[in-house]
Order: sequence, then structure tokens, then C-alpha cells
Amino acid sequence: MKRFADLMERLVYTGGRNAKLAILAEYFRTTPDPDRGWALAALTDGYETRLLTPAAVRKLAEARTDPVLFRLSYDYVGDLAETTALIWPEAEALPGEAPRLGEIVDTLARTSRARAPQHVEGWLDRLDGSGRYALLKLLMGGLRVGVSARLAKTALAQYGGKPIEEIEELWFGLTPPYGDLFAWLDGRTSAPQVDTSTLFRPVMLANPLEDGELDRLAPTDFRAEWKWDGIRVQLAARDGEARLFTRTGDEIGPAFPDIAGRADFDAVLDGELLVRREGEIRPFNDLQQRLGRKSVTAAMLRDYPAHLRVYDILFRGDRDLRPDPFETRRAELEAFVTGLNRDWLDLSPLVPFDDWDALRAIWDGTREAGIEGLMLKRVDASYTAGRPKGPWFKWKRAPLTADCVLMYAQRGHGKRSSLYSDFTFGCWRDGPDGAPELVPVGKAYSGYTDAELKEIDRWIRRNTVEKFGPVRSVIPEIVLEVAFDSVHPSKRHKSGIAMRFPRIHRLRTDKPAEEADRVETLAAMIEG
Amino acid sequence: MSKDPRRWLTVKPQGLYCAAGDFYVDPTRPVARAVITHGHADHARAGHGKVLATAETLAIMQSRFGEDCWGSAQAVGFGERIEIGGASVSLAPAGHVLGSAQAVLDHDGGRVVVSGDYKRRRDPTCAGFEPVPCDVFVTEATFALPVFRHPDDAGEIAKLLDSLRLFPNRTHLVGAYALGKAQRVIRLLREAGYDRTIFLHGALEALCTLYEGLGVALGPLEPVAGSKKDKAGEIVMCPPGALNDRWAAGFPDPVTAMASGWMRVRQRARQRGVELPLILSDHADWDELTRTLHDVGAPQVWITHGREEALAHYAQQAGFQAEALSLVGFEEGEDG
Ligand SMILES: [Zn+2]
Ligand SMILES: [Zn+2]
Repeated sequence: MKRFADLMERLVYTGGRNAKLAILAEYFRTTPDPDRGWALAALTDGYETRLLTPAAVRKLAEARTDPVLFRLSYDYVGDLAETTALIWPEAEALPGEAPRLGEIVDTLARTSRARAPQHVEGWLDRLDGSGRYALLKLLMGGLRVGVSARLAKTALAQYGGKPIEEIEELWFGLTPPYGDLFAWLDGRTSAPQVDTSTLFRPVMLANPLEDGELDRLAPTDFRAEWKWDGIRVQLAARDGEARLFTRTGDEIGPAFPDIAGRADFDAVLDGELLVRREGEIRPFNDLQQRLGRKSVTAAMLRDYPAHLRVYDILFRGDRDLRPDPFETRRAELEAFVTGLNRDWLDLSPLVPFDDWDALRAIWDGTREAGIEGLMLKRVDASYTAGRPKGPWFKWKRAPLTADCVLMYAQRGHGKRSSLYSDFTFGCWRDGPDGAPELVPVGKAYSGYTDAELKEIDRWIRRNTVEKFGPVRSVIPEIVLEVAFDSVHPSKRHKSGIAMRFPRIHRLRTDKPAEEADRVETLAAMIEG
Repeated sequence: MSKDPRRWLTVKPQGLYCAAGDFYVDPTRPVARAVITHGHADHARAGHGKVLATAETLAIMQSRFGEDCWGSAQAVGFGERIEIGGASVSLAPAGHVLGSAQAVLDHDGGRVVVSGDYKRRRDPTCAGFEPVPCDVFVTEATFALPVFRHPDDAGEIAKLLDSLRLFPNRTHLVGAYALGKAQRVIRLLREAGYDRTIFLHGALEALCTLYEGLGVALGPLEPVAGSKKDKAGEIVMCPPGALNDRWAAGFPDPVTAMASGWMRVRQRARQRGVELPLILSDHADWDELTRTLHDVGAPQVWITHGREEALAHYAQQAGFQAEALSLVGFEEGEDG
């Protein structure tokens, strides 16, 4: 656990990619199995226990500390795991050796949720400050050390001197603590044998189209498609068995039997998961009703029928089409879908255009339900995992905006935990007595510069009306221009509406709060 | 309660005022007569009439503010007793930085100790804190939360040396407060066996020279002046503010380290963009603060600059009479 804690500590503070890779490789080299495998799992989201709830951690901490001092400390530090790790009483000498990561994982695998805190308490006594922090973060979920799964795999590739593609390909067939993987990387065995037929294949991602970039590209090199407002999925079907994955490889098939249960063919398809009712694509909000669930009810299947709109084919039968150019894959895909003839699956059409001006005109017009913009794909590009620069672009339509008034501020997370950086903002409507009142319409965390953030933070501290724990209500004075992708009806919000992907565009210092937008204006933006 | 020191020691806008001797301790504005605990900017200011402090503190003040930064000055050694009006004043070591002292004030059979800033652990650059029994103990509270527990110095210095080994081609920029912290880090590096030249930002040169002149040996030092490119694999000390300004550009792929007690809290360290936080503080941590209350044994505790609420709570639970003194002008210490 000591090594793991050191690793976490170093990664948290290290900014540079190469420095991170060096730190990871050093860790893999100097740490034995199975500890290094469990660390790898923790970094790549392969070890998610959520065994410790915040309430359980609080209880542990409060039993060992003065509650007033704990509260003051938590207020200052702003993070429960860190507060607990730092405040935990320390004996002169640690009682017994620090637990190993593998020992912790093993013990917890044999322990009920209810008894876990008891073990954790014992371990906390045997660890130092950074060990306690790493343990709590690991078991509470939310180890944020700025290492993507991709970066971890790159470090593995460098460590073992293997191409990253090989690791990516095997990855979803491997399980923690990855003994077979490390044996291979250490040169002791050959590559692990994995049946890849219904495994997730790492997906190819697009880069956003930058301003002016279009003019540097030749229109004849590209094909355009609609960018659908659903979620990116991969359907891997083989011998009557089918699995549906998100783009990060999470399996969601069981929640979508109307897709996965009907795929009786042999192919791996890349496409968009949407809700389609009576022949029409529904807004994202409808799809949202079906996401994040383990299973699905008959009513949901009826009210929000899932639909797969495909735009690429990775395998047709045994044939790996990924090395082939887009045009070849497209022809295969069209032939495949035409022959299939299923109502729950269709082809995402190409959008024909002559030149960039023509395409720009089409893009300007895209504000229909389900369409988020355009995709541009190079005709000669193979299907390459990751986000290669050049072959694919996403060209999102312009966001909607509204002027809203800052109502509540909450301390942020991570880097921003000492600043008030999470904002709830509202728009005006007529209150019960006819006088205008503000009602919250959304909440946003990002989209401002550090300088703006500091300025707003200072203002918030000076203009607080009331404090509720980490939240402050403020004088309704600051107008924020909020950008968002769409608006949909919401029963959970007092205003009756909710924004999708709201972010703060800029501070409207020029605008008095009374002139901010009204809820009705937002409601008129609801689609579908 | 006839001997209640509150009758002769009060808080005024200028700072803590001793009516019995008509002087202030660490006033934040110019006054006729001042006792100065140590040379940090929130305690020592220019422009007082008469100043009483240790010889080291006086030398530090002159180096910072110029030769004529007061009307007249009197150097006092530890343990020496000076009568000022109806009050008797002596100084005791505070263990904070070179020359730092606690002001021990006696009047009317009562004793108040104004500790200034202090720490309890060993510091190779200054005399260690001595607890002085008293009726009222005035304590700082910079790190007065139980989350602040400064680790062992040697371990923090080892982190820096380990990083030099892992990244032998990167300059290690170490941000450290110019008075006290910088010299302590250098001394600790020397004790850990690091004998290479340590390079200094211009803002640290004068104080390092002064420390050496006052008998604190710091080993080979050189100004950064000129080329930054050839500092790969070297340690360069600078004030914390310089880590994020243009000065820091130009060093080969620098690792930014910072030596401060605030580094204990991750978010604080990350906010400052520090890559290698070194938890080294010249202030007492929570355990030192609470232990000191018991060591000094004063029935009354007055708490200044920092997190008064938590320490007052602890002191009351432990049976002391405790209250926060709201002194103006003390900022959350950069000297952390
Ligand atoms: Zn100080
Ligand atoms: Zn101070």
C-alpha cells in the first residue's frame, strides 16, 4: 500500500505526460504481483468497489476525533477522504506492518459491505497519511490522479516494449490483477490467450473541428454524416450471442434487450444508440430515461424503444475490416444493413455536398431533434483506435445561450475545492404575488478561466446572504451567459425545465440582473 | 482577579499594547516604542521610534528595511531583563527563524508571554523554543487544525533528493520563504549529505549572506545570474512567488517544489501548481500547539493569527480559559 500511495501522490502532482509515464513504468518495474495489477485496475476503473460510503467514512472519523474539530477541518480541507486521512490519530509507531494492496483487495472480496468499515479502521491505524488517503479514495471511488486508461496502457506498452495496439486488443479480455499480462510484458510467457469474438474493440474518436480548419482540408477527401445526439455504442454479435458496449467498453446489453437480444448475426458494428418512437428519433432526454439502469421494464421498452443507427463496421463475420479504408468499410456496411432489414437498426446516411460552403449551409440548418451537428471522415482512413489527429472531425452545431442570474455557489472539487466554483443560476418568472422571482434553471461547473473564477469567488464571499454547509446563497446581482446544448422538461426542477450540458460562457458584467432571461424564453427552446 | 493582565495589556488598532510600559509588541503600524519578536514582515515593520529585539532580528530588519529603519534600537540577549516603565521585559527563544523570540512581560505580579510565531521541532538555523511558565500565553494559530501534522523534516528532504535521482536532467526549483525557510531547507540538505552548489534567486541572496555572517553555515551557494540552461539536475532556491512567474521559464524542464506547511493539504498544493510538495513549516503544527499549551501551563490562552476557533475549542475542552485576540494586519502566513 505504501508504494501504491506513493504512486498516487506522485501522479496527482505531476503534470507532464512523459513524467507520468516514467513514474508508472518505475512502479510496474519495482512492484510485485498482484499489487501492481490491482493498482493498474484502480487506474483503469477495473477495480470499483464503492465499498465505503461517505457516511461510513464520516462515522469512522467522528468516532476517533472531536466532532467540532472534525467539522472545522472538513470545512477547511473540503474533501472527506483527505480530511479523514489527515486528521486520523497517529500512534508514535505504527502498530504492525502496513497492509499490502493485494491483502486489502483479498480481504474485502471476502467481506460483507457491513463489515468493511471495521477492516478499514484497522488498516487506517497501520498506514501513514498518504497511505490512508490512497486507501480511502480507492474504496470510496474517485481516485482522480489524471491518468486515463489510455495513458496507463501506454505505460504498459513502454514498460514491456510491446505495441499499444496489442494491449488495447487484449485489454477487454483480461481481468485484474492481470498476472498473465505482466508475465507477458516481463517476457516470461507469450501473449495471454483471449477469445476476442464478442469483446469490445477500442473505438475510433473524432477531434473537434477548429475554426478555419475546414479551409485547409480538401472536400473531396471527406465524407459527411450527421452527428446524432444519442450515445456512441458498439454492438458485437457472434453465434447468437451479442454484447452492447459504450465507447469506453462498459457493457450495457442487459439494459437494452431490444438491441442486444435481437442481434442474431455475426458482425461488430459502430453506431449511435437512440430512442425512436413511431418512426421518429426522440430527443436525448428520452434516451436518458433508459440510461444508467441495470435492467428495464416492459413500460420503458414500450415508451422509449431503443434504436441503433450504424455508421461503421469493424468485423463482418471473421473478416477484420478495420485496416480497410473508410470507403471500403462503408460499402460493406451498406451491403450488410440492406441485407439485414431490421426495424430496430438502420444506416446513418451520408450527407452529400459539393464543397465546404454547401456543407456549411447544411450545418447552419441543423437544429432538428436528434442532430447535434456533422461528422467528417476521410475516405482513405482506416479504423484506428483512440483519437488520431486528422481522419475524423466532429463539427458540433452552435450552442444555445441564455442570460441567467447567479443564485447559489458551492465549493468546487479537486483543484478548485477552496474556491466557490459550482454555480446554480436562475431565470425570472412571475411569482405567486405577481412580482418577478428567480427560479433555478441549471448548475454548471466549468467554462470559466482561473482569473474569472477568483474574481467571482471573491465577490461571492463578500455578497453571501446565507450559508448552508458548503453552499452559499448570494445577492442576485451577477449575470452569467450560460451556453447549453438543449432544454428539456423536468419535473425535478422548480422551473419545470432543465438544460443539457450547461456551461458558463462568460460574465455579463454589462447587464443588470433584472434584464436576465425569463423561464418562458428557455421553455420555448424545448424540442420535440 | 486584581492581577488580571488585561488591565495592562490590551489590543489597540496598532497591535498588542502594554500600558504598564507604554510599548507595543509587533505593532503593525509605526509607534513610539516596540518590542519585536522576529523579522517576518507581519511582525517587524519600519518606522518605529525605539525598537527592542534580539541582535539577529535587528540585523534582519536592517537588511530588509535599511540601516535607518527606526529611531533607535536596543539589542537584548535571551534571558536578559529590561525595565520599560513599570513593566519588565525579557526575551526567550521561539524556535521559528533566526533571532525569533517570545516576549516575556512581567508587571504587577502577573506574567504574559507573547510567543510570536514559534515551532517546537529542531531547527538547525536557530535556537529551540523554551516554554516559559506564565499567567497568560499568547499563541499563534497558523496551523491550528488537527489536519496539520508536519511530518519529519528528513523525510521531506529525502523526497527532494529522490526526485533529483528520478529526474536527473530536470532543474529542481524549490520555492521557500526568503527569511528562515530557505536557509533551513539549505541546512537540512547539507545535513542529508547534499554538498553540491545550491543556486539562489536574487531575492534570497542578502538573507543567506546575513545568516552566514551570523554563524549559520550554508555551504556552497551561487546566484542564478546568467544562464538558466545549464542548471539541469541542480537545486535552485527561490521565493514561492517566483515559481509561477516568468523568472521560472528558461530552466530545463523544471520540477517545481515548494517547502511549506500548507503543502499538507493536497488542494492547496495543486492550486499553486506544485509538482513536489515538501511539508516543511516554521510554525507549530497542531500537536505542537496543543502540547505547548500544557507545557506552558498558563490558565489563560489568547489566540492570534490563524485558525483561532479550533484551538480555542481545544483549549477550553482541556480546561484553559481561551479566547481569540483579533489583531489587525496579520495575513495567513506566506512564511508557512
Ligand atoms: Zn513568522
Ligand atoms: Zn506571523
